[in-house]
Amino acid sequence: MRRLLIWLPLVLFAGFFILFASGLLKPDDRVITSKLVGKPLPAFTLPAAASDRPPLASAGLVTGQPRLLNIFASWCVPCAAEAPQLMALKEAGVEIDAIAIRDARPDVDRFLQRYGNPYSRIGLDARSSVQIAIGSSGVPESFVIDGKGRITYQHIGDIRADDLPTILKRLKDAR
Amino acid sequence: MIAEAGLAALWLAAALALLQLMLSGIGLAGHKPNLLGAVRPVAVAQGTLTTIAFVSLITLFMRSDMSVLLVATNSHSMKPWLYKFAGTWGNHEGSMLLWVTVMGVAGAAVALFERALHRETHMATLGGQAAISLGFYAFLIFASNPFARIDPPAADGQGLNPLLQDPGLAFHPPTLYLGYVGLSVAFSFAVGALLTRQVDAAFARAMRPWVLAAWILLTLGITAGSYWAYYELGWGGWWFWDPVENASLMPWLAATALLHSVTVLATRDALRAWTVMLAVIAFSMSMVGTFLVRSGILTSVHAFAVDPERGTFILVLLGLYIGGALALFGWRVGAVREGAPFELVSRETMLVVNNLLLSVILGLVLIGTLYPLLTEAFGHKVSVGAPYFDRIAGPIALILMIVMAAGPLTRWRRDRLGEVSRRMIVPAIVALLVLAGLAILAWGKIGVLPFLGLIVALAVGVASVAPLWKRNLRRTPLFTWGMVIAHLGCAVGLAGMASDSAFTVEKLAAVRPGDIVEAADWKLRLLQISPVAGDNWTALQADMEVYRNGGSPVILHPQSRFFASPPTTTTEAALLTRWNGQLYVVLGQEADEGRWQVRVWWKPFVTLIWLGGALIALGGALALLGRERRGWLLKWRARAVTA
Amino acid sequence: MKRLLALIALLFSTPLSAQSALPPAPYADRQISDPALERKAKALMETIRCLTCQSQSIADSNASLAGDMRSQIRERIIAGEEPEHIRAWLIERYGDWVSYEPTADPVLWPLWGAPLLLIGLGLLLLRGRIKKGRRS
Repeated sequence: MRRLLIWLPLVLFAGFFILFASGLLKPDDRVITSKLVGKPLPAFTLPAAASDRPPLASAGLVTGQPRLLNIFASWCVPCAAEAPQLMALKEAGVEIDAIAIRDARPDVDRFLQRYGNPYSRIGLDARSSVQIAIGSSGVPESFVIDGKGRITYQHIGDIRADDLPTILKRLKDAR
Repeated sequence: MIAEAGLAALWLAAALALLQLMLSGIGLAGHKPNLLGAVRPVAVAQGTLTTIAFVSLITLFMRSDMSVLLVATNSHSMKPWLYKFAGTWGNHEGSMLLWVTVMGVAGAAVALFERALHRETHMATLGGQAAISLGFYAFLIFASNPFARIDPPAADGQGLNPLLQDPGLAFHPPTLYLGYVGLSVAFSFAVGALLTRQVDAAFARAMRPWVLAAWILLTLGITAGSYWAYYELGWGGWWFWDPVENASLMPWLAATALLHSVTVLATRDALRAWTVMLAVIAFSMSMVGTFLVRSGILTSVHAFAVDPERGTFILVLLGLYIGGALALFGWRVGAVREGAPFELVSRETMLVVNNLLLSVILGLVLIGTLYPLLTEAFGHKVSVGAPYFDRIAGPIALILMIVMAAGPLTRWRRDRLGEVSRRMIVPAIVALLVLAGLAILAWGKIGVLPFLGLIVALAVGVASVAPLWKRNLRRTPLFTWGMVIAHLGCAVGLAGMASDSAFTVEKLAAVRPGDIVEAADWKLRLLQISPVAGDNWTALQADMEVYRNGGSPVILHPQSRFFASPPTTTTEAALLTRWNGQLYVVLGQEADEGRWQVRVWWKPFVTLIWLGGALIALGGALALLGRERRGWLLKWRARAVTA
Repeated sequence: MKRLLALIALLFSTPLSAQSALPPAPYADRQISDPALERKAKALMETIRCLTCQSQSIADSNASLAGDMRSQIRERIIAGEEPEHIRAWLIERYGDWVSYEPTADPVLWPLWGAPLLLIGLGLLLLRGRIKKGRRS
């Protein structure tokens, strides 16, 4: 018995060592993904965020065709960086709607004027309620919504040029 | 020039560490204890060289030498001199240099001042210390060089994180490091004793002062860190079970158990295997802590710039040293004879229970801290925080406190349960009185744990001074006073923690100048908000007039500070300390139409938490002083007799 | 003096990127007037993890998302919702990670088993030690 207990600390340490090594080998992953991927989009209605685009409601996203829902904000620096990619998606025929988080109309107008406007409709989420309701944890994020109003894919962070093929594929799969 | 000199000193120190290791190895293998005479000066030289390297780095920071990469990334010429100085260790490389410096200096101290140890064990200890230092020197030189240059030199630095620009930075890390790197001495002692198979009372007596010294500093370091977080972060919390905080708590728990265990070994020649194991575990926890902080595998406010490559290096060192020591333990401890026997009801048993409870808490904190890592390996993300740790560690800590109260009142070797209970009657009565009082005044208003905490704290507080009753206080040994004060400090700290949980009043308000906020029996009036500027920051300062029960008003100045490099906003809380608590006032953001967010807490007796920590350290210091003095007195008397 | 004014101008003019300029949500920093409800809300907030500054609860965080979550929690508690229901709703969106309070998920059972295991081990060691003492 004593024998067993004397070697126990070393055995336990070996276990911890393996745990630490596995922690180091895994890529650093601090993002919190939404657990609503695969589930229906929660119901919401938001006022208009921009002067020249209609407001956004969840019902409006159930169109029988997949759409991209982009979560952004005028104060968000990476959102400016992904604007060209969103324009490219729009050119490719993708329908994009947006939700502006913690924003105000003049700031949104200014942002869209400066970086381009690929959106069909934009909703204003002044208190992050819809952002929380869909499980998004920051800006920018983009969600693929299928024709029946279900979330099928979440892209966290700004969309880069090499993300475009994946997003297009996800949109196609959501048909 | 200075950077090169510093790096050269580091290389030399590493070379000397290698020499130290080799000499000790030859001395042990060849049974040549006289080689100790050669090993000791090498250790002292090594300690001196690391100090030179460290002083070089400090000089580079003080001079804002922007041709050194580390200074350019972590300092700024406009910083106040105190933060240029303390900023030396406010980053990964600098704090790692502090680590090896403390190790080197500790080794030098053992070489210079340790007289009581058998020569072979002494040599083995210094060899062990050198072996550990080598690995960390290698880490520093090859993976974390603090003296790297950049060409061309930067125009100015990127600045020190504003949260660190506080006197706390000058005190908390050095004290903490002296503590938990100081535990490396205990580790080396244990390894040395295992190698020479000399685990006995004399060994324990030699090791005890080193353990005490490291433990006192670690206690101070943790207490200082807690107070710093409390006033700096702006929400009134003083412990967050953050992985890095836990990383400092675990060595402390092991060191506390070690402290008690080494006393049993020194006085009763029992608990040999326990003492050696705890000495190994204590520094192992320090090393695991440093790994967790610098590898980035756990999310923490404290984590340094993350680099998996560095993490791998440290992991290899962990495997080498901890694995090696535990293997040595398994291999040699069988040869360590069992100590003197003792009965079920005895102080030895109380101390064994004490060790076990501390180890259980240690194990639970370790498991809780690492659990998210384990589940993530299986693809599931969880969070383990205060709700788990409070609920688990709290009750066990309360039981531990009761054992702490009863232990000193129990005789060595053999006592009777009835007798011990009799000595605990007064504390028990206090417990009942507090229970009744709280039940009448606060039933349903405070949580179960704070409720029990208050009862235990007051009862144990009374019990901790019980060993002094019926004693001639002037003839009571200093180390007994030390024990009493340290235990009293635990009770005082617990009382503060429980009181804060139970009775804190929080008030959030959006106010305009002239408005009054009320919290408990305090009234606070916002007089005005005005801009102010400091050396490297600007701020919005609120002037708040506070008073209670018609007492004279005091003006407090909470600030919301803005730093330019790096751009950050910090809150500087205004604290008002009174005998029965602390008023904590924070200025938040502008709400709307000229109203400002203000957060006010009245925290009854919260300062007892850190007063308790200070008392614990004081008790330890008295015990250390008392033991050392007794040692000198005995030696002096022996010499006088033989003269 | 000029430098002071320049610095003050800097304070008021530089937009803080990565944070919205809008004021905080209504109940982000405002307590519920009913103390019992506020206690419930506070207890819940202290166990919800902040998604932005991931080492704090939303009760201790300056992030705007944390403020919005605090506001939402307080408003829902005022409306009569139970804290556990709100927690479950958040877990449905962000997973177990968002709750510091361990859930009943089987993946967390070892965490609760650990104290029992360790205490059992401790008692075993104690029994062995005492027996040895008795035997000699």
